[in-house]
Amino acid sequence: MAKIIVEVMLKPEILDPQGQAVASALPRLGFTFAKSVRQGKRFEIEVDGDPTPAQMAEVEKAAETLLSNPVIETYVVKVEK
Amino acid sequence: MALDTVTIATQNPDTTQPFAELGLKDDEYARIKTILGRRPTSSELAMYSVMWSEHCSYKSSKVHLKQFGEKAFKSDALLVGIGENAGVVDIGQNYAITFKIESHNHPSFIEPYQGAATGVGGIVRDILTMGARPIAIMDPLRFGLADAPDTRRVLPGIVAGIGGYGNCLGLPNIGGEIVFDETYAGNPLVNALCVGVMKHEDIKLATAHGTGNLVVLFGAKTGGDGIGGVSVLASETFNAAKPTKRPSVQVGDPFAEKVLIECCLEIFKADLVIGIQDLGGAGLSCATSELASAGSGGMQINLEKVPLRDPSLSPEEILMSESQERMCAIVAPEKIKHFMAICRKWDVTATVIGEVTSGERLHITFNGELIVDVPPRTVAHDGPIYNRPIKKPDYVDQLAKSTFEVPLPTDADEVKAAVLKLIASPNIADKSWVTSQFDKYVQGNTVLAQPEDSGLIRIDEETHLGVAVSTDANARWSYLDPYEGAKLALAESCRNIATSGAKPLAVTNCLNFGSPEDPGVMWQFAETVRGLADAALELGLPITGGNVSFYNQTGSVAILPTPVIGVLGVIQDVRKRTPMGIPSADLDLYVIGKYNGNLSGSEWAHLHGEIGNASPVADLNMEKRLVNFLLDGQPIFESAHDVSNGGLAATLVESVLKNKIGARVDLNDVANALFSETPGRVLVAIKSSATNEIVSLAGKYQIPIYKIGTTGGTDLEINQAVISIEELSKAHTETFPKLFG
Repeated sequence: MAKIIVEVMLKPEILDPQGQAVASALPRLGFTFAKSVRQGKRFEIEVDGDPTPAQMAEVEKAAETLLSNPVIETYVVKVEK
Repeated sequence: MALDTVTIATQNPDTTQPFAELGLKDDEYARIKTILGRRPTSSELAMYSVMWSEHCSYKSSKVHLKQFGEKAFKSDALLVGIGENAGVVDIGQNYAITFKIESHNHPSFIEPYQGAATGVGGIVRDILTMGARPIAIMDPLRFGLADAPDTRRVLPGIVAGIGGYGNCLGLPNIGGEIVFDETYAGNPLVNALCVGVMKHEDIKLATAHGTGNLVVLFGAKTGGDGIGGVSVLASETFNAAKPTKRPSVQVGDPFAEKVLIECCLEIFKADLVIGIQDLGGAGLSCATSELASAGSGGMQINLEKVPLRDPSLSPEEILMSESQERMCAIVAPEKIKHFMAICRKWDVTATVIGEVTSGERLHITFNGELIVDVPPRTVAHDGPIYNRPIKKPDYVDQLAKSTFEVPLPTDADEVKAAVLKLIASPNIADKSWVTSQFDKYVQGNTVLAQPEDSGLIRIDEETHLGVAVSTDANARWSYLDPYEGAKLALAESCRNIATSGAKPLAVTNCLNFGSPEDPGVMWQFAETVRGLADAALELGLPITGGNVSFYNQTGSVAILPTPVIGVLGVIQDVRKRTPMGIPSADLDLYVIGKYNGNLSGSEWAHLHGEIGNASPVADLNMEKRLVNFLLDGQPIFESAHDVSNGGLAATLVESVLKNKIGARVDLNDVANALFSETPGRVLVAIKSSATNEIVSLAGKYQIPIYKIGTTGGTDLEINQAVISIEELSKAHTETFPKLFG
């Protein structure tokens, strides 16, 4: 069984208050490595067998219309076996 | 791109510049050259283009808006009038209230959640800038038809955005409107109102004076949000043929704004600022030029000191960025240490970016190179002014001559079906699906909120002093007759305030229209402004400020002219407010005010695809008497509810459903009596022991009153028609969940 992964990130120019909050919390908790943090979301979609090109096209469409907001976000679709 | 400095601009006068892409016309560009005596640098061009856009300069509306000043009622209550960030009124007990309404229409169409959220954020900062603590918000909204696919995209996003931002700030959302009409498809209206409170001595103004005083930018860092958003987004008509423009959207951070509010209030309390301005549309371009021109004019800004979220921003972009949650203050050098300490305490980034100078020019340098050298007034106030052509559109007279017919119920079954149909229609249906996403009671001072006639907030816990706010517009009447429509909207808003038991005190407005380049739209606008100015003068209310939103149209279809009028009222004791819901059985129901049975512009006509032929004519003398009647009679009213959208049918149903107490009424000419929206009427419930008093009030104020029935039971009985409360409740409440999930 394969998993289709959709990763959604805010576009780099868009303000990310959550990422900023994490970035400012890190040093408070003693983690000093981070220069900046941006937070996104990840969808794991299970399908039976290897995804067909038609299924992949549908996932693309869903990623563009439902899973992400193309006005402020970008997404990447990949397959994990 | 190489830095375009003043020196380079002088040396290369003929460089081609993209002024047209930035929205400037040929003659406007030529005027900038005349003002400067050379071509502008690219940074100057950015500033002029954004500040001379319709949104910032009011270039098409200024010639009309003058009337608000000229015809103005001279009110002692007005502490700060038009021109500042928001007007301020005196409500007694040394309290001052500031309130204002603004539009965020176009950004909310592009990205509903963030567009609406930043609309709330912007108006809250305007109120904060006056020195006040924001205490409540309201949101009048307009959408395309409720079942249209795009409405399903924008409405949930906009509602979530308002709720998300307002709830995080901890501000109660106490009212507003939700109206559907097909002309708003592709052009939803998101208007946001904020109310703030302060003591008289706390009023702050946007001004920069005192040579050597420091210019401090504080709040969020500057990023690429909404660059050109103001000039491009707000001044461009959406055209279905072109690909949708999707420029950089501003993203709001309500928690940053909350901290900024508390930080500012502490700074105000310690009296550390000379002038203050929020950064909204046009960002730093607007804040620096407005602050400087309100003072002596001289200011020096070191633009490289602006803290950036995105280090790749060019100086032009830094000047135009609309990153949210930022403020600009003028601080005396001896107070800067204290100022910075408060900012550190609240974890707010604050940076000295320049100082007030003795000259008369705004100088902006970037790493030592002079990139802006302008007289600030020419940027902020001396923009172009257009006297655009005005022509009464043909439809007005055509409709006036036309007749229209809508089916009217006659027997009991038809009356019942008609009432159920009306109250289930999206414009009349219960809006809790929306308002339950807003926190109405946070801070614990909310006395009345949606769906009451007005929102009512307690100001003082000891004396129970409070304020009421209502917003109203009837765009269909404005379409039929914009002059009368504006007067009626103001009258209705005042009536709503008085219905709740508060005395109307001041007016604000948000005028939403199509393209000013269309002479017909410009006529609607001119008539609206004339009507509003005349009505405010006649009702004795000052107009404290307002906002104009043009270019609300898709292709050649403009939205209905939508002047949203906000009225602020004061109530000496909030415990004495009048609720809208019938509180108990065995009360007498009266309609106060005369009705004429006309269905023109009514919701019932709209439901049958008709707009009607003429607007009612506002009788402001009567409205004034009605307000006094309501205030005088307040002690005997057990409940009171304005008759407006949906007519007496909607008023009755809402009054019954509030506390689930039935009523029985007898009406002559039942269909017209139920569905006519004749203005100037209120439904009140009184104990029968108060009969003599209401009769004598009616005589005193020369307002006709009609006893139409009594309260009690578990049904609404209209003549022979019997509708159970369950049936009413089901019809009224299931529409929104069905449409929006």
